Amino acid sequence: MAVIQVERKPLSFLERTYIPQIVGGLRTTLRHFFKPTVTLQYPEQRPEISKNYRGVPTLVIDPNGREKCVSCQLCEFVCPPKAIRITPGEIPADSPNAHVEKAPQAFDIDMLRCIYCGLCQEVCPEEAIWLQNQFSMSGYTRAEMVNNKAKLYELGGTLPDQHHKWDKKKAAEAHGNEH
Amino acid sequence: MSPDIFFYLFSALTAGSALAVVLCKNTVASALSLLVSLVGVAALFILLDAFLLAALMVFVYAGAVVALFLFIVMLIDTYGGVRKPFKKATIVASGLGLALLVTGLATLAQRGSIATPEFAGTTAPLVPVGASLRAYGEQLFTTYLLPVQIVGFLLLIAMLGVIVLSKKFEGLEDVK
Amino acid sequence: MFDLYFEIPLWIRLVLQGTAVILVLFPIAAACSMAERKISAWLQGRPGPNRTLPPLLAWVPGIWVLQKLGIFQLAADGGKFVFKEDPVPGHVNKFYFIAAPILAMIPALTTVVVVPFGAYLDSAGKLVPLVLANVDIGLLAVFAVSSLGVYAVILAGWASNSKYPFLGAVRASAQLVSYELSMTLSVLPVFLWINAPGGQGTLSLFDVVQSQSQPGFWGGAWFVFTMPLSAFIFLVALFAETNRQPFDMPESESDLVGGFHTEYGAFKWSLFFVAEYCHMVIGSAVFILLFFGGWNPLPWVTLTDTVQALAHIIPVATHPLFMGVLGISIFLVKICLSIFFFMWVRWTLPRFRYDQVMNIGWKQLLPLSIANLIAYTIGIALLQK
Repeated sequence: MAVIQVERKPLSFLERTYIPQIVGGLRTTLRHFFKPTVTLQYPEQRPEISKNYRGVPTLVIDPNGREKCVSCQLCEFVCPPKAIRITPGEIPADSPNAHVEKAPQAFDIDMLRCIYCGLCQEVCPEEAIWLQNQFSMSGYTRAEMVNNKAKLYELGGTLPDQHHKWDKKKAAEAHGNEH
Repeated sequence: MSPDIFFYLFSALTAGSALAVVLCKNTVASALSLLVSLVGVAALFILLDAFLLAALMVFVYAGAVVALFLFIVMLIDTYGGVRKPFKKATIVASGLGLALLVTGLATLAQRGSIATPEFAGTTAPLVPVGASLRAYGEQLFTTYLLPVQIVGFLLLIAMLGVIVLSKKFEGLEDVK
Repeated sequence: MFDLYFEIPLWIRLVLQGTAVILVLFPIAAACSMAERKISAWLQGRPGPNRTLPPLLAWVPGIWVLQKLGIFQLAADGGKFVFKEDPVPGHVNKFYFIAAPILAMIPALTTVVVVPFGAYLDSAGKLVPLVLANVDIGLLAVFAVSSLGVYAVILAGWASNSKYPFLGAVRASAQLVSYELSMTLSVLPVFLWINAPGGQGTLSLFDVVQSQSQPGFWGGAWFVFTMPLSAFIFLVALFAETNRQPFDMPESESDLVGGFHTEYGAFKWSLFFVAEYCHMVIGSAVFILLFFGGWNPLPWVTLTDTVQALAHIIPVATHPLFMGVLGISIFLVKICLSIFFFMWVRWTLPRFRYDQVMNIGWKQLLPLSIANLIAYTIGIALLQK
């Protein structure tokens, strides 16, 4: 590409006094002075977060209220900073979800370690762990920064997905179609 | 709280800080002592009802000249240097100054007071020239016109000298 | 009540008046810091500090207005400056380091002595200024004392014994001395005009306002209309003298960290801060007295006229107290507008480069003010012939 030398135009007398430019600037800022503010009152007003934002990892329940996590511990295994700690437990036989067999007894995510990489969400075979739109975590102590199971479900909410893989499996079993 | 107390106070301040100008090792401290001394002189002017002179003193000397002194002192960074021993001429001059001072003080002690000049036919209180702007201006441009002009001319010469000394006149043969 | 006050010995009265003025000036200067934050926020489309509220006061109805205006933030800031640790770095010259902020406050608070801020009619119908010392060298005294403000900056920079403060101090001293010249020259036409031949010969700021309160078209015109160039030069020089943007050389946060007060913190820093705003308030006051008619509400409408017109509606209007308060209020409103302008400019313009500052000062403003002076001298001589 050829270089085009552009002649710099000499400033006119008025430009050299700076005054018209200064007045123009003052007019612009005064216009903004009377405009409404463009900011959000943060803790009360929250910004709109995109649906595919990847914030704090959370656990979700399905529309029937069953916790989706089956404590397979894949996320614990894949987590690069080792932020996740799962204590697996069995679902008692008298529970309506007894056919799922396993659910986490305890599920802790240490948010001081978490790097929001999203590998846990990617690896989860049950779509139980999701990085959602929660983006600000704060606490006064280290212990407060560890999300336990109750907190994770509270943050996560319900996944409105009508898949019901385990119910289908149970129905199939009931029809004698074992595996 | 008579004016006398203020007079002694400010005289002591002026003289003390003037001494400090000479004796301070640190150049910046010297310059600041000069500042204090000048403010003291301005205060003495105020005691003499010469408000205008006081304001001018502060404005020109304290406000601008000493600021420039400090500016230069800071730029050339002279503090911490070794003080040169006194030259012969300095010793002679200071001896002479001291002798004059002693003579003056001795005369004052002998006569008791400085005679107040007599003003024929003035009963009204004397208005000092330095008190009002009008009197000062009139005196400056009538009685003292020649000294003002001469001083102005000297300052002009000094300014030209600075320009000649500090600028490099390359290619200008006639100025060299 | 009035007579009782005048029976107090003079020196107590002077001390009381002086304290009163400082007690007014200091909070105004402090409030300016909040105003700066608020105005910068509004100019940038933000709400600014609007959350601080002492829990003790939360029950007061309507307190949210003060909260939204950030009044309590100001108190919190002030408290922080007083109570936080005040370290003195090990490498500084301790005496001058501590002396500098004190030295900054002295001229800032002293100049107010000769600045009149209102007037009232005494029983003889004569206009009496509200001023601590109505000396006839008024303006010269302001210039003289405020020119001492440069030492605080120089000393702070030098005593800090560190390179950025030092650079800031050197720049500041050069800038302040340079712009003082244009500032002084720009006000001379005003005094040429009011000191007509045969007059008293005065530099009093009260007389300047008086000469803007004459009857008739030319008598009532503020000097900004008759001497716009003088007003402009004075304003530009005022910006430079108070170290405000776009002449923010001594501080210039972007290239000198914090300028001359880089090494300062806590209370000592806040003294510099308040001193800067005090300078701004006094500078605005002088500017308004010189060019914007002081305590006269509008051009061609004097305070005396206003009070006499008001007297038809409210009989107490001619009372000295009412008139004094009215005059001071009008004057304060004008000062606030002027300070708003200062801040408006600060949050609009970028900083000039140092060489540009020197060029403007010496090669543009100074010749302009000299030309202005000569033109007005000739004009006034022809007019008054």
